[in-house]
Amino acid sequence: MHELALARSLIEIVDEYAAERHVTHIKQINVRLGEMSAMTRALHFCFSSVAEGTSCEGAILNIEIIPLTVYCGKCDAIKAPSGRYSFRCLDCGMPAHKVITGREMQLASLELFKTEEAFPTPPNVQQSLRLESI
Amino acid sequence: MCTVCGCDPAINNEHSNNVSSNEFTSEHEHHNHNHHHHNNQGLHYGQGEAGATVAGFSQNKLVQIERNILSKNNGYAENNRQWLDSNCLLALNLVSSPGAGKTTLLVETLKSLKHQIPVTVIEGDQQTDNDADRIRQIDVPAIQINTGKGCHLDAHMIGHALQEVTLPAGGVVLIENVGNLVCPAAFDLGEASKVVILSVTEGEDKPIKYPDMFAVADLLIVSKIDLLPHVDFDVDQAVEYARCINPDIEVLKLSAKTGEGLQIWKNWIIDRTESLTAQSTPVSVTEDTKYYA
Repeated sequence: MHELALARSLIEIVDEYAAERHVTHIKQINVRLGEMSAMTRALHFCFSSVAEGTSCEGAILNIEIIPLTVYCGKCDAIKAPSGRYSFRCLDCGMPAHKVITGREMQLASLELFKTEEAFPTPPNVQQSLRLESI
Repeated sequence: MCTVCGCDPAINNEHSNNVSSNEFTSEHEHHNHNHHHHNNQGLHYGQGEAGATVAGFSQNKLVQIERNILSKNNGYAENNRQWLDSNCLLALNLVSSPGAGKTTLLVETLKSLKHQIPVTVIEGDQQTDNDADRIRQIDVPAIQINTGKGCHLDAHMIGHALQEVTLPAGGVVLIENVGNLVCPAAFDLGEASKVVILSVTEGEDKPIKYPDMFAVADLLIVSKIDLLPHVDFDVDQAVEYARCINPDIEVLKLSAKTGEGLQIWKNWIIDRTESLTAQSTPVSVTEDTKYYA
């Protein structure tokens, strides 16, 4: 359930960014999560609740999962590990001491609504529910 | 407590002075709504391209930000680390499942270590002062942090706790995290090392079941080894699993009950404090620092 703390942290960053630029509403938030990051898609569960009352309220959260890769000293190359639970080089079997990708918890980009009046009013907008938040 | 996302207003108790009104409001409102995420009016707004259907709808703008989601926590952690370094203090973050024996290990370690190194303990639990009381009973200062519904300590909490720490250079701050092998892995507290404790009454495959934690730890302590004759725990297998995730992890085996291996663990701590004080140039650390006698 630390996703709640992470969702709050994410929204705080976005909210501050928006406030600095006088942006009142965010349309989409794109994040990158490593396969081995401590965060999962469960972030969606908390996101819309924590977002209420902030510039992120109603924003769509897009999550890109980054696969795990490790550096193999023997092959001197970036490789996929032999398993999620074994950081050995897939090719030579040597233990890899460094994770290259797969631990990311990054806010990548934001799509902004520029001004308050730009925020669309629901009656004029064709309504279709986005299921990404569940 | 919210049964969908597990959140609770109580989670902010520790931070109530620092929670922005905005955040507090959102938390509060969250508990008044019905969790109709599908019907959350905000979610309708993702529709339509800029200017397509709505008058006065200006062009949307995509901005690259590239920021770590935990950058706030990491900022606090960095402050803690700088403060610890400038005071030549070693901080260790002890993590394990609930019941692995963290507090017992601390008590047995500190009974003699307190005579060799100045120590303060920061205890993290959801509720009660029981653990801090156990530490205080052996005349070691302890600061209890109750996280409420929170499942981990964060760097901000530790920053507040460190304000109460008065240790001379070469001292050690031992942080006993909330018993949890998942969440504390993500939160840097500013510690020098994470120490993960795995007791032999657990499964030897814990390192691969909870790889995140074992991947970020510098030391694995296999505890309660006095029970090995009575359980099926395979120590070698556990160590092998841990090294699949983290080839560099150091391993110590000990029993807080019989004292076996305890001295090696104390030496491990002492070695690190010595190298810390040897490396650093003490900044504004005075001899007469109010250390708990």
